[in-house]
Amino acid sequence: MTDFPATKRHQKTDAKTIPAMARRKRSVGSVFSWAVFVFGVLYFALPLIGMIEFSLRKRRGTYSFDAYTSVLNDSQFQATFTYSVVMSLVTILLGMILVLPAALWVRIRLPRMRPVIEFITLLPLVIPVIVIAFGYLRMFNTSSLLPMTGSVTGTNILLAFGYATLALPYMYRAIDNGLRTLDVQTLTEAAQILGAGWFTILFRIMLPNVFTALLSGAFLTFSIVLGEYVFAALLDRPAFGPYMIWTGGNRAYEPAALAVIAFTITWGCMGLIQLAGRLFPHTRAQR
Amino acid sequence: MSYLMINHLEKSFGPTRVVKDFNIAVEKGEFISLLGPSGCGKTTVLRLVAGFETPSAGSIEIDGRDVTGLRGNQRNIGMVFQAYALFPNLTVAQNVGFGLKVAGVARTEAAARVAEMLDLIGLPDLGGRYPFQLSGGQQQRVALARALAPQPRVLLLDEPLSALDAKIRVSLRQEIRQIQQQLGITTIFVTHDQEEALSMSDRVVVMNGGVAEQIGAPFEIYNRPATPFVAGFVGSHTAFAAQIVDPAAGIVTLGGAQLKLGQTLAARPGATVRLALRPEAAHLGTADGRETVLTGRIAQVNFMGAIIRLTAMVGDTALTLDTFNRPDTPPPPVGSSVDISVAARDFIVLDAG
Ligand SMILES: Nc1ncnc2c1ncn2[C@@H]1O[C@H](COP(=O)(O)OP(=O)(O)O)[C@@H](O)[C@H]1O
Ligand SMILES: [Mg+2]
Repeated sequence: MTDFPATKRHQKTDAKTIPAMARRKRSVGSVFSWAVFVFGVLYFALPLIGMIEFSLRKRRGTYSFDAYTSVLNDSQFQATFTYSVVMSLVTILLGMILVLPAALWVRIRLPRMRPVIEFITLLPLVIPVIVIAFGYLRMFNTSSLLPMTGSVTGTNILLAFGYATLALPYMYRAIDNGLRTLDVQTLTEAAQILGAGWFTILFRIMLPNVFTALLSGAFLTFSIVLGEYVFAALLDRPAFGPYMIWTGGNRAYEPAALAVIAFTITWGCMGLIQLAGRLFPHTRAQR
Repeated sequence: MSYLMINHLEKSFGPTRVVKDFNIAVEKGEFISLLGPSGCGKTTVLRLVAGFETPSAGSIEIDGRDVTGLRGNQRNIGMVFQAYALFPNLTVAQNVGFGLKVAGVARTEAAARVAEMLDLIGLPDLGGRYPFQLSGGQQQRVALARALAPQPRVLLLDEPLSALDAKIRVSLRQEIRQIQQQLGITTIFVTHDQEEALSMSDRVVVMNGGVAEQIGAPFEIYNRPATPFVAGFVGSHTAFAAQIVDPAAGIVTLGGAQLKLGQTLAARPGATVRLALRPEAAHLGTADGRETVLTGRIAQVNFMGAIIRLTAMVGDTALTLDTFNRPDTPPPPVGSSVDISVAARDFIVLDAG
């Protein structure tokens, strides 16, 4: 019925019939790749181990979690961290609502515009954040037509839009990559002729099929928002980025503990993506 | 009035007219094929009927109602695509039930209908599979079931067999036709494969350059092609140039021999008329009822199994003829001289100019 098992069997026999010389070549190659791998691990792991070790040395003469308890009990940490997490969720939602329909539209109706759109989505990487931030401040200050910075809610909304701009390159690329694996045009037409409207097409067909791609976009957005400094500082919002900078300048061990915490969260997110991918049976085949 | 009416349909993309004054009246339950070379506008006609494209002019009516202004999701039409286009995130059963769910059919009713459809396509046990777990032929059958589940008024198929390998293509061809007849659903089938079109259809539309050159039953299309293009595109033939002797009686001369054709001619005596002869109309040796005998020299022998296709030089003309294989009669050797007998009424008149 399916030809998968058969294909696998073929691959196995192929491996057995590889001549000895090729196998020797391959083993030289594998030694080299192992060396690169070990080097890579050391390169990334050593600073990390050093940082973890340092973060545990707040109490003189012995290892302890003092730096961590100090950070976690700091009401400033709790407030800024919560604020940034909420902001990142808002940003992710905003980004998806903006980017998914846009990316779909470009693929279905304006395929020739794709390079242009791609270029536009790259602009936030090219233009320094501070320029974007000042642009926003000029456009939306209290004496402008749309005085967003006049209220806390307005400023928060402005910040979310700013974050969405920063996340745009990653969000667009993640979603576009997800759509690339689909024949968007034909699937859309297949759904339309069965009576589906845009809402159904978006949420029953496209979204589930790009879900893992969306998650990786969401995850990147999350880490960007969590660490972002310039926007939050210029708009004077109590975000996690400015807090980290402030701690870095004023404490010794706590910044290391903070970094370890941030790192753990990041890795936790990655694990979640893997897990979520496994929840969707149809995505198993595409790997 | 017919069930599906396409009236003076036109479609231009920018300055290029892709469909030109396309007309057809399709009866309820009829199986129509659009046959033509790649790029002749078959898909465009289908997409106009589906509502994916807006016509530049003309109208489309289904069951007495003008649907020209309706969008694709309002026309209640089923469509099968060359690339299957199954939803990868849904199981086979969910794919088949998609149209029912969109239409708000009750869950139990929908489940029964899905089971019925899976039975119809002969895959009753595969409802829980995902599309990637199916072969191409199975996927296309699921796509057919998905299109049929909401009981559409018209079924459209755009080269549904082109992506499949030869064996499955032939068996699925019969299966589609059988299901279509069983359900009595009005169907338009697009293909560039004449064998598909001729073997499946009630009527064939031969298209060329956005124009419907001829519409007719397969027998008629093959035996009485209306234009040189149709004669050339459907089946193969040998072309001859003959001189008219008596147009009213249909008498011409060809290579010194006088032939009485099966039809009268319009042009005046002395004019040249182009004739075509199907490979099966020429007979090796002499036979009763084939009064014209040509002498030729065998130039090529292609043994194809049941049929042997011979090319013989008759004067300067390379004449193709088919003979049935018979175990006791080997084909004539290349270079040998043979008699070829032809019935004059089997000549097809291509054009009188
Ligand atoms: N969306 C479009 N824009 C511009 N030209 C198109 C479009 N769709 C089809 N065409 C052109 O119309 C002609 C007919 O196409 P099509 O209907 O797909 O042919 P077929 O299905 O017979 O191969 C082709 O020359 C094709 O390039
Ligand atoms: Mg086509």
